[in-house]
Amino acid sequence: MTTRWTRKDLLGLRELSADQINFVLETADAFKEVGTRQIKKVPALRGKTLVNFFVEPSTRTRTSFELAAFRLSADVINISASDSSLTKGETLKDTARNLEALHADILVLRHGSAGAPQFLASRLKASVINAGDGAHEHPTQALLDLYTIRERRGKIDGLHVAIIGDILFSRVARSNIFGLLKLGARVTLVGPSTLVPREFEKLGVEISYKIDDVLPKVDVVNLLRIQHERQRREYFPGLGEYTRLFGLTKERAKLLKPDCLIMHPGPINRGVEIDSDVADGVQSVILDQVTNGLAVRMAVLFLCGGISTE
Amino acid sequence: MKQEKQNSSAAVPIMDAEAIRRALRRIAHEIIEGNPAPDKVVLAGIPSRGVEIAQRVAAFIREIEEIDIETGIIDVAMHRDDVGMRPELPVVHASKLPAPLEERTVIIVDDVLFTGRTARAAMDAINSFGRPTRIQLAVLIDRGHRELPIRPDYVGKNLPTATRQQIQVRLQETDNEADAVWLERQG
Repeated sequence: MTTRWTRKDLLGLRELSADQINFVLETADAFKEVGTRQIKKVPALRGKTLVNFFVEPSTRTRTSFELAAFRLSADVINISASDSSLTKGETLKDTARNLEALHADILVLRHGSAGAPQFLASRLKASVINAGDGAHEHPTQALLDLYTIRERRGKIDGLHVAIIGDILFSRVARSNIFGLLKLGARVTLVGPSTLVPREFEKLGVEISYKIDDVLPKVDVVNLLRIQHERQRREYFPGLGEYTRLFGLTKERAKLLKPDCLIMHPGPINRGVEIDSDVADGVQSVILDQVTNGLAVRMAVLFLCGGISTE
Repeated sequence: MKQEKQNSSAAVPIMDAEAIRRALRRIAHEIIEGNPAPDKVVLAGIPSRGVEIAQRVAAFIREIEEIDIETGIIDVAMHRDDVGMRPELPVVHASKLPAPLEERTVIIVDDVLFTGRTARAAMDAINSFGRPTRIQLAVLIDRGHRELPIRPDYVGKNLPTATRQQIQVRLQETDNEADAVWLERQG
């Protein structure tokens, strides 16, 4: 296993090795422990400035990064799309250079265009953390999903994971696919054929359009939200139809193995991709994901923001 | 005893397994002497060799007094004062200390005491778990060159060194090598 971390940026899981992913997960173990201390704050990033730059709206990811930064003693500035100069015609690069001129050390970026974090990372001395870029990657979400599976099942290698729903528009799905395959899991994508194109097989995953065949076989189901906002055409007839064909209803949940984990990156559409009772049931680890997200983001900020970039 | 050490012809043996055993046994005696209520003591090792040394000292105390001393782990990586100054970072371990720490004596255990910066970071880390009555410091080797006003309470061996020299501690459990302490001259 790698014993050292040398990256200033986290742009995606595609570029990380299995060793590097495991390194982050192990570091997150240590930061999860900080949350149990009497004083839940360490001085690791004292004096560093973190800019949460969210060009696309997000509450939970931004809040999670913000709290992670507070617990590491960093100073935080939040900038959202509406109050940034992007609306006044400033380019992304100019905005970023202005942030750097303010001596920002870490830039957490959410952006609608795939590759925006990469663009900035190669131009800035500051660490760049991708908090979701278009339909490309959302590495910290996948890392917290991996962390939660590993915590509950003790391993990832050899497990069978179903990712269900809107795969085409999902950066969460892509990052999860890269991470799960690297760590030795088997991945099956499930959803309407319009949202789960066959091209994904090239990544090394299996594809199924029949959820009832897949549910009894898997160790984890990860349900993705239908991204209304990212869909410009009609990819399925309607939400009711989607629930009938692919929703994890109370009836369908009975097909799962008793120890199968139910995951969802949130926010959940109760009654659409998952029934309320199932979301609150014993197999659901949806709130563990939220708690673990904090530990994983602390680990990522500590690692990328803590190395010398001179 | 095996005396060769690969890739360092300039390595001088300082302690062998027996000398380490005697030093840790003496530290165990001193801890018992210095702590009339040993059940209040926690031995907190700094990973990875400090954790092993803490275990060994606890075993000696058990042997001598027939009491079980609590042990813990205190990782200092999050509390160091040189974050952002290193080009690469080692893995951080989870810290583990009993709760509450109030009314207790925490003894920080490490293999080598050098600048004192690790001990300072350890004290900072311990304070985030609570407010112990006392914090003490036990080390196998004190090599001098302090950069902070810190002194150890229990020392296995005082070893005057030059800053260019390196101390190598090897323990069976952590390094898969016979117990030994070596002094090496750098370049």
